[in-house]
Amino acid sequence: MSDTTRKIALFALVAVLILGTGVLQSWNSALLILNMGLISAVMALGLNLQWGFAGLFNVGVMGFVALGGLAAVLVAMPPVPEAWSAGGLRVILGLLTGAAVIVAAAQVHRRLRRHRIAAMVAVLVGGFFLYRWIFDGGVVAVEAVNPAATGYLGGLGLPVLLGWPVGGLLAAGAAWIIGKTALGLRSDYLAIATLGIAEIVVAVMKNEDWLARGVKNVNGLPRPVPYEIDLQNSPDFAERAAGLGVDPVTASTLWVKLLYAGLFAVVLVVLLILAQRALHSPWGRMMRAIRDNETAAEAMGKDVTGRHLQIFILGSAICGVAGAMMTTLDGQLTPGTYQPLRFTFLIWVMVIVGGSGNNFGAVLGGMLVWFAWVQVEPLGRWLLEFVTSGMSEGPLKAHLLDSAAHMRLLTMGVLMLVVLRFSPRGLIPER
Amino acid sequence: MDLLNAIVALTNFVLIPGLAYGSQLAIGALGVTLVYGILRFSNFAHGDVMAFGTMVTILATWGLQATGVTAGPLPTALLALPVGIAATMILTLVTDRLVYRFYREVRAKPVILVIVSIGVMFVMNGVVRFIIGPDDQSFADGERFIFTARDFKEWSGLEEGLALKSTQALTVVTAVIVVALLFWFLNRTRTGKSMRAYSDNEDLALLSGINPERVVMVTWLIVAALATVAGVLYGLDKSFKPFTYFQLLLPIFAAAIVGGLGSPLGAIAGGFVIAFSEVFVTYAWKKVLTYTLPETLAPDGLVQLLSTDYKFAVSFIILLVVLLFRPTGLFRGKSV
Repeated sequence: MSDTTRKIALFALVAVLILGTGVLQSWNSALLILNMGLISAVMALGLNLQWGFAGLFNVGVMGFVALGGLAAVLVAMPPVPEAWSAGGLRVILGLLTGAAVIVAAAQVHRRLRRHRIAAMVAVLVGGFFLYRWIFDGGVVAVEAVNPAATGYLGGLGLPVLLGWPVGGLLAAGAAWIIGKTALGLRSDYLAIATLGIAEIVVAVMKNEDWLARGVKNVNGLPRPVPYEIDLQNSPDFAERAAGLGVDPVTASTLWVKLLYAGLFAVVLVVLLILAQRALHSPWGRMMRAIRDNETAAEAMGKDVTGRHLQIFILGSAICGVAGAMMTTLDGQLTPGTYQPLRFTFLIWVMVIVGGSGNNFGAVLGGMLVWFAWVQVEPLGRWLLEFVTSGMSEGPLKAHLLDSAAHMRLLTMGVLMLVVLRFSPRGLIPER
Repeated sequence: MDLLNAIVALTNFVLIPGLAYGSQLAIGALGVTLVYGILRFSNFAHGDVMAFGTMVTILATWGLQATGVTAGPLPTALLALPVGIAATMILTLVTDRLVYRFYREVRAKPVILVIVSIGVMFVMNGVVRFIIGPDDQSFADGERFIFTARDFKEWSGLEEGLALKSTQALTVVTAVIVVALLFWFLNRTRTGKSMRAYSDNEDLALLSGINPERVVMVTWLIVAALATVAGVLYGLDKSFKPFTYFQLLLPIFAAAIVGGLGSPLGAIAGGFVIAFSEVFVTYAWKKVLTYTLPETLAPDGLVQLLSTDYKFAVSFIILLVVLLFRPTGLFRGKSV
């Protein structure tokens, strides 16, 4: 089978799977899978840039996705003026103080000749208490403002679509900081560093209530698409739905999801084209040269660490955009739901299964693995019901049926191991 | 007298918990560092190996409790521990045979093995949740305290209490025994020496007739035992939850790297460095400061440097600092 036919056949398979879900289960769940599949494909594209192009071992995807989600909230939610007047400026001042302390400590370390470690520590400790003194007061004031409904500073009240590029920028900023410190190190160390930073990002989002309400979640994000209820009340829409023979309630939910799918598809296609152009440009060839032999590339005068930093930032930014898209789709930011298995390691499964180093592979992996992730659960339940059908009622049977939900982790692991062993280059291998 | 109270409070809330947590991290980090030294990859599945061993131990404990067997004042889990270790040994050997051996034979790059270990992590995570479920399990029984805060207050007449949980004492004692056994094995026995030789220089070790498959097998057996012990001690001290064990991966790796990957001594030092700094930074110092400072300077707030939710941040920052200033760790580890 030639390369192109293989690609077409595999993408047709994904289409058939999703359409099959529509026919057999419901069109709503089919569109839900499609939407999250598109978002997953964007995440996989970002990770593929880092791992497939440059061989960077990033296990902090979750952190960048979460930052993207945060950006969507900060851009789209209406500001809370009472909170701003209560302590907003003090919080900002506190953060600026914190940044200034770090800069000052770095300067002390660089400028002083003698006792520079001691002086740096003194600056850091003193600065920490100053920062906490300014910052904590502001936080208490902000969080006291109507804690049940707001208790945070709110966002900028801008259109949520603007949050997508901002999410990318926020993730890129974080990636720059991590990359500056960790990229010179060995690959294992980068892995642990990214794993840690992702946990920290999520911990910050869970605990800093003034920022985005922490585990109290931000609900009711403004949408880029119309609300179902408005559609149902519009006579125009009801008429068209009736013309198609669908009742207006179902039609409105489907239409909203289709609009989302359209938006996501546009982002995915744009990013895919850009990534494809990058891969086949001199820059892309240089990246792969660095990946395959760092020493040789360095001898040819390539700035290995600089290029690594560049692509690390780009890939993380794409993950950030995907995170903002996901939060927009959900309409809420729920820091408690960010788990590394789902948002970091599952993306790895996508890239490995799809084919690392190949953009189409990453997109395919994103859609296919997401489909499997969603559908394994009902399949597992069905399988266990089949297995246990002969068993008498009892705790064991109940336990087995309860455990169906955990089948997906098992399946994903086995899928990944099988692909790594028997087809290590993935479904659509790098050319 | 006040200073005495401060010391007691510090011991009760910082030193003893730090010592217990540090021992648990150290045994966990020893497993990671052994895999790294011998098999030459960072094993992301280590947290889930720990979870598996603990799960089997818990199941065996429940079995023993159901038949009425207990270990008196000690937790029943100690009796069940050998079962857990044996099951985990089988698990690691089977995993090696089915998964890792292939990549050794084709001499895959270390990073490929790391990715493979992520796949193994998924499978083990799924198996553990499938068997015991994702919820918290508490399986400590026997005496809860060696002495309680009230006993101590009555005995000493101080305002502050000092409690010693039996699990904490047990953790430290077990850790000492385990570490002593491990070092005796690595330094005194023929197999242990061949392991160290293999870790130092694979080619030379092969030339001198060391059988690599045997070294790898022994390594997995030891790692399984260490992981199970670490997991059971942590579970007895706190509680068992699959997701928490997965999250332990971060402090354990931080400990192993801070100490120097591949260096057993470093893993122990790293474990205590990470544990004590986590406890130090997240402890509310109000009590201790109130006792030590003059009354006018007594703090109003809790004087907690960071909220406990940020304890991962602490291990991470230490990790970064060590990597920036001493990239091979405190005790020169390897850098492949």
